[in-house]
Amino acid sequence: MTLTDEPTTVTEPAKEVGSARLRKEDGRLITGKTNWTDNMVLPGMLHMAFLRSPVAHGTISNLDVSAAKDRPNVVAVFTGQDFKDEQGSIPCAWPVTPDMVNPGHPSIAVDTVNHVGEAVAIVVARTRTAAVDAVEAIDVDYTNIPVVLDMEEAVKDGADLVHASTSSNTSYHFVFDAGEAGTGTDTDAAFADAEVTVSRRFVQQRLIPAFMEPRSAVVGVSGDNYTLWSATQIPHILRVMGALTTGIPEHKLRVVAPDVGGGFGGKLQVCPEEILALLVARRLGKPVKWTETRSESLMTAHHGRDQVQFIDVAAKKDGTVTGLRVRLLADMGAYLRLITPGVPALGAFMFPGIYKFPAYRFECDGVFTNKVPTDAYRGAGRPEATFAIERIMDELAVELDMDPMELRRKNWINAEEFPFTSVAGLQYDSGDYEQATQAALELLGYDELRAEQKQRRESGDPVQLGIGISTFTEMCGLAPSRVLGSLAFGAGGWEQASIRMLPTGKVEVITGSTPHGQGHETAWSQIAADQLGVPFEDIEVLHGDTAVSARGLDTYGSRSLVVGGTAVVKAAEKVVAKARKIAAHLLEASEDDLEFSGGKFSVKGTPGAGLGIQEIALAIFAAHDYPEGIEPSIDAEAAFDPVNFSFPHGTHLCAMEVDTDTGFVKIRKYACVDDIGNIVNPIIVEGQMHGGLAQGISQALYEEAIYDADGNLTTGTFVDYLVPSAMDLPTFHTGNTTHAATSNPLGAKGVGEAGCIASTPAVVNAALDAVRHLGVKDILMPLTPERVWRAIHQGGDGGARAAEGSNAYGGARTTESGYEEAK
Amino acid sequence: MIPAAFAYARPTTVDEALSAIAAGGEDVKIMAGGQSLIPVMRLRLAAPETVVDLTKVTELRGVREDGDSLVIGSMTTHSDILRDPLIARYGKLIAEATETVADPAVRHRGTFGGALAHADPAGDLPAVALALDAEFVIAGPGGARRSVPAAAFFVDYLTTALEDGELLVEIRVPKLGEGWGVRYEKFNRVAQAWSIVAVAAAVRREGSTIAEARIGLTNMGSTPLRATAVEQALVGADVSLETVTAAAAQAAEGTEPSSDLNAQADYRQHLARVLTGRAVRAAAGL
Repeated sequence: MTLTDEPTTVTEPAKEVGSARLRKEDGRLITGKTNWTDNMVLPGMLHMAFLRSPVAHGTISNLDVSAAKDRPNVVAVFTGQDFKDEQGSIPCAWPVTPDMVNPGHPSIAVDTVNHVGEAVAIVVARTRTAAVDAVEAIDVDYTNIPVVLDMEEAVKDGADLVHASTSSNTSYHFVFDAGEAGTGTDTDAAFADAEVTVSRRFVQQRLIPAFMEPRSAVVGVSGDNYTLWSATQIPHILRVMGALTTGIPEHKLRVVAPDVGGGFGGKLQVCPEEILALLVARRLGKPVKWTETRSESLMTAHHGRDQVQFIDVAAKKDGTVTGLRVRLLADMGAYLRLITPGVPALGAFMFPGIYKFPAYRFECDGVFTNKVPTDAYRGAGRPEATFAIERIMDELAVELDMDPMELRRKNWINAEEFPFTSVAGLQYDSGDYEQATQAALELLGYDELRAEQKQRRESGDPVQLGIGISTFTEMCGLAPSRVLGSLAFGAGGWEQASIRMLPTGKVEVITGSTPHGQGHETAWSQIAADQLGVPFEDIEVLHGDTAVSARGLDTYGSRSLVVGGTAVVKAAEKVVAKARKIAAHLLEASEDDLEFSGGKFSVKGTPGAGLGIQEIALAIFAAHDYPEGIEPSIDAEAAFDPVNFSFPHGTHLCAMEVDTDTGFVKIRKYACVDDIGNIVNPIIVEGQMHGGLAQGISQALYEEAIYDADGNLTTGTFVDYLVPSAMDLPTFHTGNTTHAATSNPLGAKGVGEAGCIASTPAVVNAALDAVRHLGVKDILMPLTPERVWRAIHQGGDGGARAAEGSNAYGGARTTESGYEEAK
Repeated sequence: MIPAAFAYARPTTVDEALSAIAAGGEDVKIMAGGQSLIPVMRLRLAAPETVVDLTKVTELRGVREDGDSLVIGSMTTHSDILRDPLIARYGKLIAEATETVADPAVRHRGTFGGALAHADPAGDLPAVALALDAEFVIAGPGGARRSVPAAAFFVDYLTTALEDGELLVEIRVPKLGEGWGVRYEKFNRVAQAWSIVAVAAAVRREGSTIAEARIGLTNMGSTPLRATAVEQALVGADVSLETVTAAAAQAAEGTEPSSDLNAQADYRQHLARVLTGRAVRAAAGL
């Protein structure tokens, strides 16, 4: 055999990245045969149940728990008085301004309650049933304090206060001024010189994350060591914050997020109940469990959105935009939780969207009200910004009598202008808005639908047709740590990964990016398989346990693949580098002469001679023969801190039918083309898009958390807090363009929030496009049939909804005794 | 949520059920499919002393014919109804309305009689029963039976003519055969939701005129209602868009619907008119 007999071309091994692998974790997740927190049972475990405030604002004038203590199987009953000296405050990690007012957030009310659902007493019993029964035996009275619910009233001089310790209901005033920051020109001048200005007030209604798995926490006690299992998105952050809040030393606290059933930001939190579970376990020296009911979840887990947006755009008559001004009122609710104040502030950087505004100013007031706190919810700041800019671009188009797509095209960043530094100071990495738009227009069948719209208008069809546009971008891959530092965020944005090469050649990938349904186990396996050249099936991905995954910053902000996936790449590169030394030694070759492909080191020019990385794993486990001066291990870990965000973009188009007789809106067709950079797994991407679209459409059409005039949550069950099913949503026509991200080696941009961010304004724009010729200028979200009908036939924006819950099945809502029949 | 403690009986015959009800104490709840009762018990809106579960009373399940009537056992599930050949032939209005009830899981357990005895005005079947002039056959303590017409059965919000100790046994509805057209026009925001308003219409044509019209309204008051004025305007009228539209304009007469976050009262009345027009047009084959 001679060298020349060998084939001259080497076949590259098939790539895992990019293949549509079915999710390896789905079997156990879908069947529920897994370690959900509520499935956990510890020996001697006690159960917690909460008495929660039925009043939105009041002082506790009487609280007698003696009868509850006498109930069967009750072990203890605690009130705020029992924990007032050790409960500290639920942490707020994002003081967006130096003078932000944070009145503190007790986990259990001590003498004052500030929202319906706030914990007032805790029953600990041997069974969950006994705990729930005993709650009813607690005797409590409240003295009511005037309730603050409306932000626009709350910020007025002399308004009733949520917190008596503060001088106003405004927690902070955050400003970003591009002129002052040096990223743009003077905004006042831009408006003074404007040929055209358009001003609007938009309302981002309050939403409830409505994750599928209710929150649940179990605390195990072993001497002075505590383990907290929790249905959380953020075990690593929870460990740090839990330790700081309770005083349990960090090294004595282990936090485990086992399989977690969804979060959407709703489990990006240090929950009062998690802290209280730790405090109760420490007090009693016994393991405890708490799992919320769905009603408890809707009432007390943090909510999302809830902004009043005042937005002004300045432009020339030819449509060139010249300035953007945004003023927000952002509802904090009663307290500041983990990143409550930061959510609207994060949005500050996305209001300019994909457009070349020369001037931009953003101001936001964070406002306290007697409602459950708001915090992260899928998109967190970016959906709000995208909605406002995409809505007002349509309004400007109407004002200028321009085609809304032409107006966008005139102002968006052109493909050759990337990387582009926006007026908010962000450097957009890559993209081509025109390409995505053309593809989306074709997917929708834009021209045919426009023709049908015209025909329906001319014939006076009771069912009118509209087409809505949303050309969006967002910032993903949270986040460069230095940028977070400059925004006063309390943590960094890096991510950690470790790779353990086991003796049998199997591989453990440990990630600090804890999944709660996204499919990390599959995607990370695909990445590691390519990097290491080992079979997909030989890889196990470990996560969520701070004793296993020591460092990490968890999952939110479409960061996992972009940051956490990159950490896997970096760790794998280290593994290969370490293995290379051993391979060189065993193959008796120079490192420089080794090639690594398909999991195998081979000597250049010496075909046949080679050593697999899985064989090296066994060799170094035995460690009988390896080079002097190196450690006997090819395991490695890596931390990755991105230098920039990534900026997915896309064009979303919604065709909407509006029944003018009833106000019912029905999506006729939805098409979108998103550029999310390189795709690791197309099926996971498709799933994220569908789910995100459903959630974004749902904000436009279905969901709204409503409080009545007393601060009771009317939408306290899924009868009244409407979420759609597959029956209510159209087929989604999706596509992709690909412009790799430039800030990570995967070239991935993030897809977890894109659909949710982009779709809401497309849907509302579509409905308005259908009925604008009937005099309708705006309709409040969600676009209930009643609101649409009133806007068409009575003018205005559809108006406030009645605050009474549905009378169906006795319709539960929160009032005196916890619940009361709607009748 | 966990219901408060309760005693539980699971009889297998109507006689056993009546005994269990009689022995159940002050506050007995009869459970058919449990699709309304269990949620309100879990929310502790209801905390009965005893629950009498009818699931095993097989004699109450099924559909049969008796002359010009269909006789539907109270424990016949919604999915039974949807598969039943007699219903398919003579009870199309019931089938149409039943198809819109919640989702497949609820229809699998929920029952025809349970939905009627619960008398939720937002429920879909009460208005249908009312429109059809159903007869409610009720067994009392000791087994005595009485029959109550639909017009007298629905008394108030979640309240029927059923007395303590009584049990709804079967529901008799007239067969609607040749010449009848039907439509259940439901309006809700998402597929699994209760009706905001719905209209049950059955129309019998004789040539180009309307010979009979039966119209029931869902969720237009504390009980299901008949749109009597519309019915009167339709009978004897020519089948035309104009006459139907004019008749439907009277659909909200005498109604006092509630206001809730799905709809305020005036909008419900508007919907009743629009949906009645649509239902009658479809039923009349327009």
